Amino acid sequence: MALQVTRFSAWNVLKNGFIGQSGWSRQWRDPEPKSKYDIVIVGGGLHGLATAYYLAKNFNLKNIAVVEKGWIGGGNAGRNTTIVRSNYMLKGNREFYEHSLKLWENLSHDLNYNVMFSQSSHITLYHTPSALDSAARRYNIMRQTGSDAEIWSRTKLEKKIPHLNYAKNARFPIYGSLVQKRAGTARHDAVAWGYARAADKLGVDIIQKCEVTAIDRKGQKINSLQTNRGKISAKKIALAVAGNTSRLWHLANLGNLPIESHKLQAFVTEPLKPLLDQVVVFGVGGAHFYISQSDKGGLVFGGDIDWYKSYAQRGNLPIVQDVAESAISLMPCLGRVKLLRHWSGIVDMSMDGSFFMCKTPIDNLYLNAGWNYGGFKASPASGWYFADLIANDRPSEIIKNHDLERFKRGHYIDESGAGPDTKLHG
Amino acid sequence: MIQIECPFCGKRDQSEFSYGREGQITFPALNADENSWYDAVFLRKNTYGRQIETWQHTHGCRSWLLVERDTVTHKIFSVKLAHTDWQKQIKKTT
Repeated sequence: MALQVTRFSAWNVLKNGFIGQSGWSRQWRDPEPKSKYDIVIVGGGLHGLATAYYLAKNFNLKNIAVVEKGWIGGGNAGRNTTIVRSNYMLKGNREFYEHSLKLWENLSHDLNYNVMFSQSSHITLYHTPSALDSAARRYNIMRQTGSDAEIWSRTKLEKKIPHLNYAKNARFPIYGSLVQKRAGTARHDAVAWGYARAADKLGVDIIQKCEVTAIDRKGQKINSLQTNRGKISAKKIALAVAGNTSRLWHLANLGNLPIESHKLQAFVTEPLKPLLDQVVVFGVGGAHFYISQSDKGGLVFGGDIDWYKSYAQRGNLPIVQDVAESAISLMPCLGRVKLLRHWSGIVDMSMDGSFFMCKTPIDNLYLNAGWNYGGFKASPASGWYFADLIANDRPSEIIKNHDLERFKRGHYIDESGAGPDTKLHG
Repeated sequence: MIQIECPFCGKRDQSEFSYGREGQITFPALNADENSWYDAVFLRKNTYGRQIETWQHTHGCRSWLLVERDTVTHKIFSVKLAHTDWQKQIKKTT
């Protein structure tokens, strides 16, 4: 039974103002799992929910379930720094992330849910003349592949973002920046809730607190999944469990993957008055730091991964120190700001820093994994192309090289050129 | 913070060490077939729980260590030198 969901509109907001907000319905159902589905997506994160939504919307498919071991929005969907951008360079990645950004631009309307996507610019600082050459190269590639990019001089930056450390004697003086104006931030929880609500409305069953405990595999086919809420059989099974991909891969007896699980920390300070409009990225001399200000006023920032393999959803102290040092060297005015919370999420780090979206050795199993430290921005396109892969049983031209076998072919999609060591792609 | 008991230097903070890779990985002979090289270079077991892994005491004695650690709780069970024949090697050079 589909739920009658109240649409968000100016009229409904006004009407509910008069009737004490009593006219709002439940946002999505809480169904019991059925024993049989056409498609089961394992993982109710942003990618899994988006996949279910686009399967139902773009391909008009019914009888789909998303199973989630915790609750939706409780994994990496709620543990990121909410940055959306498409400043990638390599073929495959470029088109993919640009498509994602285009979907973001209309996402609130599409889902009838305000995901608070704010295109407030993404600023990558550079600190040497040679870094300008590298920024210009990226700028040209972005401009020529249908995206937007600008190069801002130091003078322009000083006017636009007055609080950065522009000292001439800084260890890494700021020369200028590469800017993507259509990039920005979104409200991460709203994206999870928006996709869940929209998918549920199209008939998708979202089953929370349902953990896959075993996989019944017969040769080249998976017949059913054993879960803590009973056995669920499916014609097609899709994994979107980045962070825990290897665990499910081992459950299906599929051997090893070119993936290691690492943890990535994020931080938020006490709320401040408006201080920073843009997302600013500082990455020089071994430092890696990105910062933005949320709508509530907290400064949200992050740095590198923790450098060693881990499934613990808690961070280590050396990175807290590194990130704090970067924050102070970039914005000395933050010296007395208090840290409110910090947390960590488990990410799939892949051997070249790029994701996997492909068919697998099992005929009816599809894989979506390896998002490294950048899965949030990818969510809409990830759902879009993964749905296309599942529905048509073949990868789209854009993601055809994002398969597990690419390393065997020598086809690395390595944006940073760091080589086959997962921790170096942070 | 994780602390690792280095056999030479004693118990030190994790920030003095750098993580290497999964300890069971051994590199095949140079003329081995491509598949075994692919396995060693690209594929990982990515164990959830107890595993043996390599660390280097980068900011200490620089030895490579074999550490048995739980990847969920970060509890360390044992630490030993990765190169067991180090005494022989030292004798050879002195």
